[in-house]
Amino acid sequence: MSSVDFSWLIGGPQGSGVESGANVFSKVCAELGYQVFGKREFHSNIKGDHSYFTVRVSDKLIHSNVNDVSLMISFDAETIFRHSSEVMPGGGIIYDSDLEKISTDSVGTLDNYFKERLHRELESKNKPFTIDGVLEIAREKGVNLYPVSFKTILASLAEETENPRLKGMIRMFNVIGVSLSLGLIKMPPDSLLKSIDSIFSKKPQIAEINKQAATYSYNYAASKFPDFSFVLSGTEKQSDTILVQGHQGTSIGKMVSGCRFQSYYPITPASDESVFLESNEILEVHDDRPGSTTVIQTEDEISAIGMMIGSALTGTRSSTSTSGPGFALMTEAIGWAGMNEVPIVLTLYQRSGPSTGLPTRHGQDDLLFAVAGSFGDFPRIVYASGDIEESFYDTGNCFNYSDVYQVPVIHMMDKFLSSSVVTCKRFDPQKITINRGKLLEKVEGEYKRFAFTEDGISPRSRLGLDNGIFWNTGDESDETGHITEDPQMRIKMMDKRMSKLDLILKQVPKDEQIVSYGVHDYTIISWGSTKGPILDALEMLKKEGIDIGFIQIKLIHPFPTEHVKSLLENVKTIIDIEANHSGQLGKIFKQNVTREIDYFILKYSGRGMTSTEIYESLKRITENKANKREVLEHGA
Amino acid sequence: MALKLADYKTTVHNDWCPGCGDFGIVNALQMALAEMGIERDKAAIFSGIGCSGKTSHFINTYGIHTLHGRVLTFAQGGKLANPEMTVLAVGGDGDGLGIGAGHFVAAGRRNIDMTYIIFDNGVYGLTKGQASPTLKLGEKTKSLPSPNTNYNVNPIGLAVASGFTFVARAYSYDVRHLKDLIVKAVQHKGLSFLDVLQPCPTYNDLNTRDWYAGEDLAKESIERHSRIYKLEDTHFDPVVHYDDEIDEKLAQALIKSLEWGNKIPTGIFYKNEIISPFATRLTDKIPNYLENPPAKQNISKDGIPTTDVSKILDSMKV
Ligand SMILES: Cc1ncc(C[n+]2csc(CCOP(=O)(O)OP(=O)(O)O)c2C)c(N)n1
Ligand code: SF4
Ligand SMILES: [Mg+2]
Repeated sequence: MSSVDFSWLIGGPQGSGVESGANVFSKVCAELGYQVFGKREFHSNIKGDHSYFTVRVSDKLIHSNVNDVSLMISFDAETIFRHSSEVMPGGGIIYDSDLEKISTDSVGTLDNYFKERLHRELESKNKPFTIDGVLEIAREKGVNLYPVSFKTILASLAEETENPRLKGMIRMFNVIGVSLSLGLIKMPPDSLLKSIDSIFSKKPQIAEINKQAATYSYNYAASKFPDFSFVLSGTEKQSDTILVQGHQGTSIGKMVSGCRFQSYYPITPASDESVFLESNEILEVHDDRPGSTTVIQTEDEISAIGMMIGSALTGTRSSTSTSGPGFALMTEAIGWAGMNEVPIVLTLYQRSGPSTGLPTRHGQDDLLFAVAGSFGDFPRIVYASGDIEESFYDTGNCFNYSDVYQVPVIHMMDKFLSSSVVTCKRFDPQKITINRGKLLEKVEGEYKRFAFTEDGISPRSRLGLDNGIFWNTGDESDETGHITEDPQMRIKMMDKRMSKLDLILKQVPKDEQIVSYGVHDYTIISWGSTKGPILDALEMLKKEGIDIGFIQIKLIHPFPTEHVKSLLENVKTIIDIEANHSGQLGKIFKQNVTREIDYFILKYSGRGMTSTEIYESLKRITENKANKREVLEHGA
Repeated sequence: MALKLADYKTTVHNDWCPGCGDFGIVNALQMALAEMGIERDKAAIFSGIGCSGKTSHFINTYGIHTLHGRVLTFAQGGKLANPEMTVLAVGGDGDGLGIGAGHFVAAGRRNIDMTYIIFDNGVYGLTKGQASPTLKLGEKTKSLPSPNTNYNVNPIGLAVASGFTFVARAYSYDVRHLKDLIVKAVQHKGLSFLDVLQPCPTYNDLNTRDWYAGEDLAKESIERHSRIYKLEDTHFDPVVHYDDEIDEKLAQALIKSLEWGNKIPTGIFYKNEIISPFATRLTDKIPNYLENPPAKQNISKDGIPTTDVSKILDSMKV
């Protein structure tokens, strides 16, 4: 069987069902055994602006999107204007034929910057500034065009089912689009119908109408356009596969890890996690009565972190989830938690800054801020996950680190991860362990919260524990937690707290600190969600006989300097790949390892990296044709 | 063994200025805890930053000295996770009504069963006497370069408008009355607020002990000395007895709160136990929240998680 690597793009105005269409498509492909990597792009807007979803489907393990689109489905003009150039020769565009005469000027949501670029392109090829014009360019490139009148489909459907109401149901354009696509690639329709049933399980009448539309459109495409070269008829299903949304790694990870309190203030792309936790607030517990997560929407992020700390002081595993602007408001309290040795986990879903930046777009801009945000010296852990599956297990680790070392842990995630929908191996809760460190169950004799101990970590009481009374303060304190300004006590307390950083480096298992995918003359250092596109790019290079190494640094603070040094000892060229402008990991690397980065591959357009563009840059590097800073630009 | 007043005191050196009104508040807090016989390890005092913020160090219960303006956030988190605790939040007027005003309003809306006490001295004591949000427009306390240019916040009015369900005022030199009000505030089911008029002899040379005692008035009239009077000595009924009465009682409290100058009311302005405490609202969603709150839940056995997420994972299966 030849291998399948198929990229599907659906676009439309925000609120028109692009996302649910893509979810159905992803689900159907996954049910037929394919690996799926889907990613959503959207404006900071609720209704009307352009959004799109790319779903890559393969019978092999994939970790990223590629530049080329195999099939695009568009029921609005903007999608065609913006994306038709991404469709590869031999690929296809299904589009609404009623749109053919629309000009760029009549699409109000096309911004001038884009329009100017498009006009230049159309002018140079002598084409009109219309849908016809851009489609003509696509056709000349070898793209197959599949015009379909969506309105006519609705009308025929209305006639066939004797249901005149159907005629005006443009809400079903997304279902029609998905079904046309599946008909074109000849994917068996059963799981399409099943998935419609499950989406509308509470509204059987609506399910019925949608199924009729789906069947009609599927057959229409299958019979009218039988010769599309991509055929996806299913592949061998991997056992134990789940289709997971970006935030579910950390949210389900929190449930399993025993997080029972989450306070948050709404912000993209972090709040989906909290909403999911609240939607599933009652928890089943083995051999016990039900548990629950108390999820509190607070008045701001300052309150979110204050409440989380208050809750953590009772011995409850507690957490919050936020993005850059919210994290900025939390910094003072992070210092308080560091000072008072309170275990908290802060999940930081980064987006593009600075300031409000590109609020719904991707960026890894906040690494230095996560490492250094807040005043004064105190210990913390900054830990980065590379993909959704990893983020589930990492969440378990983050809670353990925070409990064992009694420090705030900042778990780095980002928009690339949060708006992905991917297939992966079913999470295994048994692989998460729970280690509460020196949390006390009972106290005998005199108790001092910050007692000096050999390893710098004091037994931890919690609010309400019998005989466990303690004091906390943001001021410097003595062993009992009462304020002191004594210089000798100050030195001892600072040393006690800061000594945890060394302990962390010594005790956290090496493979939790760094994952090495091999080390070669050329070796990449990177962190977070670039992992997926890097792995796919390396695979492409390998096929051409080019081996490039890659170490994924997960523990970023405290920085595992010695471990990195020993891994990279024989490396000739170090390439830093990050989705930010300044190469923030590179800075941390240089400061600690005292070695220069040879090449940077950076992206700060707000769009996630594709494996194609990383591949191209890496190739240029090996051919000695690259810039020191390779700046990636792909994506609408 | 029955607990005595002395059991609620720590040996921490108290560095407040001599004559500071804060002493009366700490004493009243300790007396109230002793009177109610609350186990020391079942009570937590959360405090903000300011002179008043040091309070938690002087009381021998769990004591959490938090951040400037944020005391309510920490305290609510603690109470939500472990609702068994008696939780008191204390702090300055700058802390609670300036930098922390947003949390004040939001806390009122939640109505979590705990008590919040503001040490209302009209100044930012610990930063050397700048105007606090309760200082009146045009007033000039000792260390202000020029008279205050802001209108004042009305703490009682703001509390009533924000949803606090027990709103009272006390005077820090009437320790017994203050203690009684603290007991009532703690026993109230919902969020209770106590505005304590607290002379700061070092920086507030307007609202001094003598001023509250009406020394200046005495010169004009021989009948009445103290400016302070108690609502319970009048016909004022702060309690909302039934639903239809809420608006009227809110309005009454607001109007009463505007009384200032020669007559300053103390006592309970508003009390409403008809509005549900937050825990009841949570219990509507999570039936066993109070029996099995976050702090008491079993999350692991021998280091293995006990939470069963298989149903969620099944729903994601393909
Ligand atoms: C974020 C922040 N800003 C400023 C300060 C400085 N500061 C310390 S105490 C205080 C004001 C205290 O006034 P108040 O809350 O009325 O308490 P009081 O001292 O009068 O009891 C200020 C502004 C601080 N600690 N934190
Ligand atoms: S400055 Fe005022 S409030 Fe602060 S301790 Fe002195 S008298 Fe009390
Ligand atoms: Mg004050």
